[in-house]
Amino acid sequence: MPQDRPQMSEDDDGQSPPLDLRSAAIADPCSSSPNKSRNCIPSGAMTSQAFPDHVLENVLENVLQFLDSRSDRNAASLVCKSWWRVESLTRSEVFIGNCYALSPARLTQRFKRIRSLLLKGKPRFADFNLMPPDWGANFAPWVSTMAKAYPWLEKVDLKRMFVTDDDLALLADSFPGFKELILVCCEGFGTSGIAIVANKCRKLKVLDLIESEVSDDEVDWISCFPEDVTNLESLAFDCVEAPINFKALESLVGRSPFLKKLRLNRFVSLEELHRLLLGAPQLTSLGTGSFSHDNAPQSEQEPDYAAAFRACKSVVCLSGFRELMPEYLPAIFPVCANLTSLNFSYANVSPDMFKPIIHNCHKLQVFWALDSICDEGLLAVAATCKELRELRIFPFDPREDSEGPVSEVGLLAISEGCRNLESILYFCQRMTNAAVITMSENCPELTVFRLCIMGRHRPDHVTGKPMDEGFGAIVKNCKKLTRLAVSGLLTDQAFRYMGEYGKLIRTLSVAFAGDSDMALRHVLEGCPRLQKLEIRDSPFGDVALRSGMHRYYNMRFVWMSACRLSKGCCRDIARAMPNLVVEVIGSDDDEDNRDYVETLYMYRSLDGPRKDAPKFVTIL
Amino acid sequence: MDEFVNLKATELRLGLPGTDNVCEETERVSCCNKRALPDCDTENENESSSKKKTETSPPRKAQIVGWPPVRSYRKNNIQTKKNECDHEGQGIYVKVSMDGAPYLRKIDLSCYKGYSELLKALEVMFKFSVGEYFESEGYKGSEFVPTYEDKDGDWMLIGDVPWE
Repeated sequence: MPQDRPQMSEDDDGQSPPLDLRSAAIADPCSSSPNKSRNCIPSGAMTSQAFPDHVLENVLENVLQFLDSRSDRNAASLVCKSWWRVESLTRSEVFIGNCYALSPARLTQRFKRIRSLLLKGKPRFADFNLMPPDWGANFAPWVSTMAKAYPWLEKVDLKRMFVTDDDLALLADSFPGFKELILVCCEGFGTSGIAIVANKCRKLKVLDLIESEVSDDEVDWISCFPEDVTNLESLAFDCVEAPINFKALESLVGRSPFLKKLRLNRFVSLEELHRLLLGAPQLTSLGTGSFSHDNAPQSEQEPDYAAAFRACKSVVCLSGFRELMPEYLPAIFPVCANLTSLNFSYANVSPDMFKPIIHNCHKLQVFWALDSICDEGLLAVAATCKELRELRIFPFDPREDSEGPVSEVGLLAISEGCRNLESILYFCQRMTNAAVITMSENCPELTVFRLCIMGRHRPDHVTGKPMDEGFGAIVKNCKKLTRLAVSGLLTDQAFRYMGEYGKLIRTLSVAFAGDSDMALRHVLEGCPRLQKLEIRDSPFGDVALRSGMHRYYNMRFVWMSACRLSKGCCRDIARAMPNLVVEVIGSDDDEDNRDYVETLYMYRSLDGPRKDAPKFVTIL
Repeated sequence: MDEFVNLKATELRLGLPGTDNVCEETERVSCCNKRALPDCDTENENESSSKKKTETSPPRKAQIVGWPPVRSYRKNNIQTKKNECDHEGQGIYVKVSMDGAPYLRKIDLSCYKGYSELLKALEVMFKFSVGEYFESEGYKGSEFVPTYEDKDGDWMLIGDVPWE
């Protein structure tokens, strides 16, 4: 309540308490603008006594509309029914972390004025083929319900959802003011659907297709944007595996004066990139496409690529390089000093190519790359990028026993050079506890620590010991840690540390780790903020699963595959917890192991089990 | 996996002799997963690492499903893999349509090593089931029959003619 005062003091004499209904009535029960005029005095202080709730709700509405953060809003909605009601009216952006946690009808019944929807579907382990396709997460019921309820919808941001061309067509038809479409790790649609959105959403500002599977329907979707000046601010299509009509793209960029972010796919060559850059020097974020020649013979003089980059004084974010021709990499030198984000993770860049580039990137905060830059490259990053916040190193050769050009050496260097590091994802073949412990001590700002030692059950390669102490140090020393992914040889001790120190952990990923049920129990009993738990191939069974029953209603989901769970236990839990949907996913032709649970995926739901489960899913 | 076993007799693959390893390995591995015994796992690791050294490389070589946890989008797009594909010659693209589906799809035949893989991909793409193939009787067990038009303009049943 004290926070209401600042807002009310504009129209209040600042002395009366916020919820003094009489003064609120005098202020103005009729208008809903925050700058209430003191001159407008209604014909009755009587009004305040007759309809105190209305007055209060008007006041609340004015106040609550300033609340943006969803956790603040969730808290406000729990104060009382009145607050719940008003909050529902004033929420304009809604985040749904699990599309099966509630039905679309419930969404539209509670919130009446939604302009923006963020919706997540499949669990993350589905990305690694641990779930058959067609599991669900269909966008269709959401778009059809919202089409009727939210005609003024402006933004849809989906992650791991199944979206069809029909869904996109319905979206384009139903929301005349539609502005932003963001599809991350989605599938089920093609360039036909994109063409419809491009054509019909005349107010479109953002069209971001990120790491999604987009089928090539041989539609020239770029030409489908309307002919006049567009409102486009961001266009990302680097994941679209289909050739692009370059002339149409050039024209589109030319008539998009507000365009700031452009991410090209690999069908755009260096020459074409050059032409685009000359026409759009105002870009702040650029995905460079293939960064190689197209196959046409190079008869004319080569364009001055560096000059084109030099003209882009605003570029701070660079990605692409999908088919990099390394000899052209130096063209990006002019923008390096301004870069805050650099993504080389699709380019096989060697240390020698890399070092001259990174040497100039003093302002870099986000850096993604392949391990082809080697420990040597990481040393160079550590030496230069003192502002680094986020590092992701992906394996060039993602197999268990590949060479592994990065190791504890690179990790150590980063920990020493980049003290402000907040988030790290690191794939490697060799690691030591010592390096991880040192990182935990050098980088206290870490909120995300994801280390993937690619060989399963691999110990510290120097001492031969399990990686318990390393991860233990991380949970102990990194007091802000909210996300953790573990790997390597781990005993129950590692999990004991997690339970003891990991008090802020919200997301935990475990694979091929632990010795017994105790490990999982430590986590379920010790980590009060745990929301998302994904486990595979670990020896955790029924006893462990039962030990977490007090937590499951407070979690978004639990995934356990190839563990030691029995159907009987899962059924017991499903019976004991009616608002928990317990899905068992696996092959039906599993005759000898009928009680064995291949994959358990369970999540809370307000509207009971889903009706669209495919045959291979059993809901207990 | 079961489909693989059934069609093995008729399957014609472009692999070198001895590259049967990949299927067997993954089958064995998934059996081990079900029992989740630590010694089974380490056994597998040694086996698979020695096999790796002798195997020639098809693009998809996961020893265990989904491990290491790199999304297939990323695996498929890492640079040299693309270059490899290019060197094999441009992909053989064909259009695929299904009765009743509003949109055509396009696939690259060179990404598949046999009819079973192709059919599986089509099943996923169009969300249907193709049934079982019998040499003399064609496909049984489904309303849908996979056919193609050959260079003479005749409609042929997929699977009759050797993959090459």
